[in-house]
Amino acid sequence: MEITKCAAAGTMESSDVYVEIEPRETGLEVELQSVVQAQFGQAIEETVRQVLKDCGVENAKVRVVDRGALECVIRARVETAAMRGKGEA
Amino acid sequence: MRRSMLFLPGNNPNMLINGNCLGSDAVIFDLEDAVSPAEKDAARILVRNTMRYMDFRGCEIIVRINSIDTPYWKRDLDAILPQQPGLILLPKTGTAKDVQEADAYITELEQKLGFAPNTVGLMPLIETALGVENAFAIATAADRVQALFLGAEDLTADLRCKRTKEGREIEYARTRLVMAARAAGVEVYDTPFTDVNDDEGIYKDASYAKALGFSGKASISPRHVGVINEVFSPSQADIDYSYEVMDAIAMAKAQGKGAIALRGKMIDAPIVARAEQTIAMAEALGLGRSEQ
Repeated sequence: MEITKCAAAGTMESSDVYVEIEPRETGLEVELQSVVQAQFGQAIEETVRQVLKDCGVENAKVRVVDRGALECVIRARVETAAMRGKGEA
Repeated sequence: MRRSMLFLPGNNPNMLINGNCLGSDAVIFDLEDAVSPAEKDAARILVRNTMRYMDFRGCEIIVRINSIDTPYWKRDLDAILPQQPGLILLPKTGTAKDVQEADAYITELEQKLGFAPNTVGLMPLIETALGVENAFAIATAADRVQALFLGAEDLTADLRCKRTKEGREIEYARTRLVMAARAAGVEVYDTPFTDVNDDEGIYKDASYAKALGFSGKASISPRHVGVINEVFSPSQADIDYSYEVMDAIAMAKAQGKGAIALRGKMIDAPIVARAEQTIAMAEALGLGRSEQ
């Protein structure tokens, strides 16, 4: 099932990540801002894409604002945003 | 051993990921009161991931799910049970039927997951007048029940009285729960002391709970954990006395005596039982008797 509506999850607080997701016609577009962009930007983006794939999302625009979240938190917030965007939350 | 149990809000990553560094014997990941209805889904997934990826060795994980009169509790269990929490804290438990309903669903999930029966324990949270009056029936409603837990904030609202530091309004509930839990052969845990900045108050409150027979106490602040651990740990004097009791008993047996006195007091079965409990707890904490 695809993203049918705009949705968000997470917060801008320390150790958290804010994720916005919206419908897109073709493919995934990931926009990332992170306090650890230089060191971990690529790894975070790979995690975001992997979670979306696991959730069955192939087409979406995603904006990620990372406040130093651990991978398990990033995974949780992306999954929550995807579920909300699909109307499954 | 659960001397202290620290509540952590289920949708706060900063607190969850640091939960195993705060000194409590157990943490309670809270999906209920600490989470707004709009964030129940987010908290459920965040707690699940924290349990799946973080190392909490040495700190038991308890999860407070939503109560069985909400649309959330089964989804909470669906997400949390595969991670094998030590206990599920079941809020607003009022009757044995509430326990049996939760137990039936947990049993169903355990079978699907291939877990042994009663892998995950249940701890009913008694926080209504009905729950207090049904405490023994609740404690014996299912083999899965490992402990009772007193929640004084909701209880005092139900009793239509004010919650005070002295706690006279929860005196009956405390003693009733201790009696019911001990009669049922399960543990019993005391409600948090809610004034985070009152160091003397938490010491008095925890000491009183211990004196009544509670096994440990919950906390809403990491600041209270150290005091609670101290109060619910055996003192060095208690440990030394317990070893003396066991030595005296061993000597009586060797001498073929049926009874023996220690420090002018006869040693009988309850004293021995208490000494054994103290030594078991001391050993679990890595404590021993003083150097002679």
